[in-house]
Amino acid sequence: MFDKEVSQAEQEKYQEKFEQLKPKTPILKNIIWAFVVGGLICMLGQFFTNYFVSLGFTPKEAGGPTSVILIFLSAFFTGLGVYDELGRRAGAGSIVPITGFANSIVAPAMEFKREGYVFGIGAKMFIIAGPVLVYGISTAIIIGFIYWLRL
Amino acid sequence: MNKKRGQQSIIFSSPPVITSTANIVGPMEGEGHLTEFYDKILEDTLDGNPSWEKCESKMMEWAINTAVTKDNSILADIDYVLAGDLLNQLMSAHFALRGIGRPFLGLYGACSTMAESMLLGSTLIDGCFGNKVVAAVSSHHDAAERQYRFPTEQGVQRPMVAQWTVTGSGAAVISAIGNGPRITAATVGKIVDMGLKDPNAMGPAMAPAAADTLWHHFEDCGRQPNYYDMIYTGDLGSVGKALVIELFKAKGIDLSSNYEDCGCMIFKDDQDAHAGASGCASSAIVFTGYIYKLLMQQKLRRVLFVGTGSLHSTTSYQQKDSMPCIAHAVAIET
Repeated sequence: MFDKEVSQAEQEKYQEKFEQLKPKTPILKNIIWAFVVGGLICMLGQFFTNYFVSLGFTPKEAGGPTSVILIFLSAFFTGLGVYDELGRRAGAGSIVPITGFANSIVAPAMEFKREGYVFGIGAKMFIIAGPVLVYGISTAIIIGFIYWLRL
Repeated sequence: MNKKRGQQSIIFSSPPVITSTANIVGPMEGEGHLTEFYDKILEDTLDGNPSWEKCESKMMEWAINTAVTKDNSILADIDYVLAGDLLNQLMSAHFALRGIGRPFLGLYGACSTMAESMLLGSTLIDGCFGNKVVAAVSSHHDAAERQYRFPTEQGVQRPMVAQWTVTGSGAAVISAIGNGPRITAATVGKIVDMGLKDPNAMGPAMAPAAADTLWHHFEDCGRQPNYYDMIYTGDLGSVGKALVIELFKAKGIDLSSNYEDCGCMIFKDDQDAHAGASGCASSAIVFTGYIYKLLMQQKLRRVLFVGTGSLHSTTSYQQKDSMPCIAHAVAIET
């Protein structure tokens, strides 16, 4: 049916056919899920922030303990095996908030425990979050430098 | 006498007999369409083992032992075991075979391994190199997921084209003499690469390899698709299956009436498997359960079983390479 080396044209024709038959992503459904779940996570964060402000923290100071609580909850629900179920439906809604970042560290840590504490958890914990940190910190340095030049 | 036919096929002169089969699956597969065709359904994906990989090995060991017992044989009667799986260095097969103690050849054909092992097993038998061979494969969703994709607890959204790796193992005893359906012909596939790069879209990447092997099988053996009651591919899923039908339609051949994909037969729609099942065990559990039973009951008399494998690695797709794919076919007749 196919020659030894499939020609570029034939490959492209096939890929086109594939694109036609590829099941459509349920974009609207995904967006609604992402909006609702992402919104609820942020609302929860706002609730904690307001609570800490009511205790006498400044809004800026309240950010610290709020993040800590959200990270804890995310790690806790990842451990219970709930967060991946949420992520399956909510997509970016549960990946983008800080809880998604916590999930991406706890999930590999749990998974690679069987390979030991050093080469398992230690080495693999940042397998997903690592790139985020590398490029996040690099971007922060560049932005900081630009900010410093403008002053 | 030369048993080779045409470019890629073999016609066996004394067709080997599939004298028994056995399979074991995980809980999700057990809740799918083919529940009654499984010998054992695990309650969870660890089954008391400390890791998923160990669970997969145990499943394969169980499948081999059960197939041999069902054959009224003992392990000492088995001349060769041909087995493989999806994990690096064939981890599951090697640890499973540790407890079997029979001559062993490890095979890697990704998800085509069941057909590959049956093909080579038949060749050993027909070539009079032995009387009994066991062909076995396994795959495990969680073990495969963490090797190929993300940690299982990671909250990721799977694309609709993605397939779900089957947790399970299947084994078949192929004998020189006995009762059961016979493997009459086989076609060795060649690697076909259509330049697809998305590792989520394995079915669509493998479909041209399946179509190519089918095409050569028909050509080499001088058979038409309607020679077979059913043609089964291993794990192309709904999208891959549609593509195979399209590829044949372009050549003026209608496959849609007697063609099905094992990957579309395992999970129910509400099980969220998206485009269907995949993995070595996808074709293996359907063949050793459903297809074998129908062959034994003579409800199917001529079956073409095509294992399909995507031969990419985790390194190759990170290096932005496309996915080379393969398919092997075995013709089974009662």
